[in-house]
This record gives sequence, structure tokens and C-alpha cells, in this order.
Amino acid sequence: MNAWLSPQSSLWWAVLIKCGVLLFVVITSFAYAMLFERKIIGWMQLRPGPNRVGPWGLLQPLVDALKLILKEDLTPKTADPLIYRLAPFISLVTAFSVYAVIPFSEPGPGNVWAVGDVNAGILVILAITSIGVYGISLGGWASGSKYPLLGSVRSTAQMISYELAMAMSLIGVLILAGTTSLVGIVNSQAKLWFFIPQFVGFIIYVVTAVAETNRAPFDLVEADAELVGGFNTEYSGLRFGLFFIAEYINMLTVSCIATLLFLGGWNAVGGLTMIPGIGWFLLKVAFFMFVYIWLRATFPRIRYDRLMAFGWKVLLPVATLNLVITAFVVAVRG
Amino acid sequence: MSRKKLYNVGALLTGLAITFKYMFKRKPTIQYPSRKKKHAPRFHGLHELRRYGDGKERCIGCELCSSVCPANAITVIGAENSPGDRRSPGERYAARYEIDELRCIFCGMCEEACPTDAIVLTPRFEMSDYRRGSFIYSKDRLLVPPEAGVGLAPDDRPNGIPSDLGSVAETKSTVDTDEGYDATWRGTILKTQTKGLAG
Ligand code: SF4
Ligand code: SF4
Repeated sequence: MNAWLSPQSSLWWAVLIKCGVLLFVVITSFAYAMLFERKIIGWMQLRPGPNRVGPWGLLQPLVDALKLILKEDLTPKTADPLIYRLAPFISLVTAFSVYAVIPFSEPGPGNVWAVGDVNAGILVILAITSIGVYGISLGGWASGSKYPLLGSVRSTAQMISYELAMAMSLIGVLILAGTTSLVGIVNSQAKLWFFIPQFVGFIIYVVTAVAETNRAPFDLVEADAELVGGFNTEYSGLRFGLFFIAEYINMLTVSCIATLLFLGGWNAVGGLTMIPGIGWFLLKVAFFMFVYIWLRATFPRIRYDRLMAFGWKVLLPVATLNLVITAFVVAVRG
Repeated sequence: MSRKKLYNVGALLTGLAITFKYMFKRKPTIQYPSRKKKHAPRFHGLHELRRYGDGKERCIGCELCSSVCPANAITVIGAENSPGDRRSPGERYAARYEIDELRCIFCGMCEEACPTDAIVLTPRFEMSDYRRGSFIYSKDRLLVPPEAGVGLAPDDRPNGIPSDLGSVAETKSTVDTDEGYDATWRGTILKTQTKGLAG
């Protein structure tokens, strides 16, 4: 194991502490991402958003969590009990485990701002997030009722279609950086952030990331209007909460990836180095979160056949073309 | 739909610009329980039984309000005043006076029918309760307590909600009492009504 974990962080207790801190940070940021979303969407719809619990509604996530914990946990008679109960955990665990390889700031001598600095970081992330869809698919399938089933079928099709374009858009960055290590990718952006040479890839990534995280306007998997709630219709209480947490953590994950791969990670804007790298990183992630919320507040849900057509007939060809051109240019310029 | 419209990126950006702009707009929300919206003048709310300046009840138990009430919400049982205990200046007074606020449609007919201006509608509207029985308001809750004065006639009532109900949000009133309001029919202004609006 230690061979592919970075040598600095191979002390087992250091890894444990990092995991603990990370878990706390990620859960807290999930809670406040939710509040942030409700506030922003409220403002965009000319409402003040939640403001009753604590000053500016800052304690809202706490009472929401309490509410979910206290609710009854139902299992439908027709459900497959084992898989039904397991599915939320698959979603959540995969959502969390991605953070093991995400570096949050510049690695200093003898330390690294990640649980593990894996030299194939981006591949690990892609592999783990692909497992996450099993949570949704199995959860919907095991619920033993029609709407969740439709939701899970949709999710499977949507994930397959958009993951292709997503991976294609990322390969452009990998070619430019010449490495699959996340730290290496960020370091190679010290001069020029990759969203400028890879602008098409960047746009495709942002669009596919919305689809990958099942967010509006690509939330066909949940589609409250037509599927009642999609894959999570039958879930209640804490199990629903786990799916909910997983969705937001996946949002955070794709924001982190976009920051690392396209927006220069912890590299400062305009030489403003008095803000530490971690600050820049969080700022950029927050910017992406805002963009996702903004999209949700603005666009209506896309129709299912259009979603498929868009994924296969537009995103995938454009991403492939982008990849070919990037590869060509890099090869010609040596 | 044509392909051109399906991938109209300009329209998407316009949409984003609109939502972004709205984020900074003033929110019209009135934080209701702590702040309340100004009512129209002479808003019809919870009833009140008024008194005379000397503390005597205005109601003379004539039952006119109860017979005019279209919702049959009022029950009045009158009784003779005895010389030793004069409740009202007249011969009779209301021994029992009950209004079922759940039946009431707040039409204000009782107010108009009353010969002594005893029963009036106040602008109070927060009457929620847990039991239906609690909505039958009897004299103990309808009659103005002696220490609270005599109660206001509808025409003397200031615009808005009683001060003891909390703070009033400074919003544009639905009815501008100086300008009056426009009586419209299918978008055309028929006339501007100014009569009967308290200033
Ligand atoms: S307001 Fe109308 S419905 Fe209500 S008690 Fe008076 S007359 Fe009856
Ligand atoms: S409130 Fe007025 S109308 Fe009703 S019984 Fe009393 S005096 Fe008569």
C-alpha cells in the first residue's frame, strides 16, 4: 500500500487524523452547501431563503439533519430488503472515498494536503465516482415500485452517456499536463490555467458534471414532476438523507475536479499570494458550487430524449474532436 | 423544434443573466409573524362589542344583528336591565352574546344593522386555535374590557392594524387612501373610487 501512497503521508496515524479532519470538513461543507443553495435559489426567486433558525438561518442544516434522523425509516413490502438498505451506503461511501486523493493545497516538504497523493489521482477519482451510480441504480431497482425503477433506468443510461463525454473532456487536460497526478496537473498550470487552452473541454466538463451529479437541468433521475422523486421516492428518514448527502458531496467533488483540472487548483489569481493556496482552492470550489446552483435556479428540466441526443450527438463528438485537436497540437509542437 | 433553437446558447445566457440580476433585487417578502402587512382601511376582522363612555354596554339585546346575519353566526339572548344592575342605558341588554367565528363570513352586515353601533368588526385577523369550540366567541372575549376604553367606530378606526398586534411592514398599501382605487373590468378603468376610504 505504502508504495503508491506518497511517502510523506504513510504514517498510519497521520492518515487517520487526516481522514477524520476531512470527514468533518466535507460533512460541514455539505451542510452549508445545502444552506448556500437554498439561500441563493431563494434570492434568485425573490425570496429571502431560510432565515428562521439562528442568525441568517445559519443553524438550518442542524435542524434539517435532526429532522431527517428523527423521521421513520420505511422499507416497502415489495423491496429487496438487503439491497434497498445497502444502496444509500454505496452512494455515500463512494462519494466520500474520492476525497482520499484530492489535494487541497500545495504539498510542502514532508507533508501533503491530501490523505494520499496518488500518482494516478484522476483515474482513481473517475473509477470511484463510476461506482457511485450503483447506489442510485440499485436503490431504485430494489425499491420494488415503478417510479424509482424508471429513475434508476434513467440514471444508468444518463451516466453511461455522459461519463464518456466527461472522460473525453478530461483527457485533453491530461495530454497538456502530461501526467495523471493531480498535484502534477495543478503544478503544470502555474503559468496558464487549462480552462483557456481547453475551453471547449472545460465547457463540456461543466455540462457533463451537472448530468453526472443529477442536478437540474439534468435531474432526470429525480425529476420530481414526473417521477415523484425518482430513485429515492421510497426512501425516507436517514436513508434518504444519505442519498441527499451523497448528491451534495458529489457536487463538491466535481467542483474540486474542475478546480484542479481547469482553474489551476491552489494557484493564486493575479499573484495575490497573501491568501494561502487552500483559500484559493476553496474559493474556486465555492465558485463552481455557485454555478451549479445558478444553473438549477435558471433552467427547466430537459426532456429525456433531448438529454440523450445532446449527450451522444453533441457532447461526445465535440469532446472527441477537442481531444483529437489537442493531441495533434501537442504532437506537432513537441 | 428546429435544431437552431434547441442549442440556442444566447437564450441560455440571457436566462442566466436574469436570475443573476434577480439575486440582488429587493425581496418583497414580509416576515409575517414579526411584521405584518398594512390592511385596507375598514378591514373586516374579529368582532368587538363597544361600550359607552360611562362604561355601560352599547348592546341593547335587540337581536337585529343576529337576524340580519347571512351566516347565522350570532346568538343573542336579551334580558331586562334591573334597576340595581344597569348593564346598558336601554331597557334590555344582551345576557348572552355569542358569535361563531367559523361560520362568520365577515360581511359586516351585523355592524350595519346595529342601531347602537355596538357590534363592530376590528381589523384583527389572527384567530387560529386548536379546537373548534374555541371559535365561539362569547361576551367575555367580544366586549371591550373597561380599562381598554370604549372601542372605536369603524369610521374612526385608523388605517392598518392595531398597534398591539405587532410591527407593521412599510409596504405599498393595496389601496391608496388619497388616490382611491380603480374599479376595473377586463383591464379597463371604469371609475376611480374614493368614497368610503378612511384617510
Ligand atoms: S360579519 Fe356578517 S357573517 Fe359575520 S357575524 Fe356579522 S353579519 Fe354575521
Ligand atoms: S349588537 Fe346591536 S344589533 Fe346586535 S343585539 Fe346588540 S344592539 Fe342589537
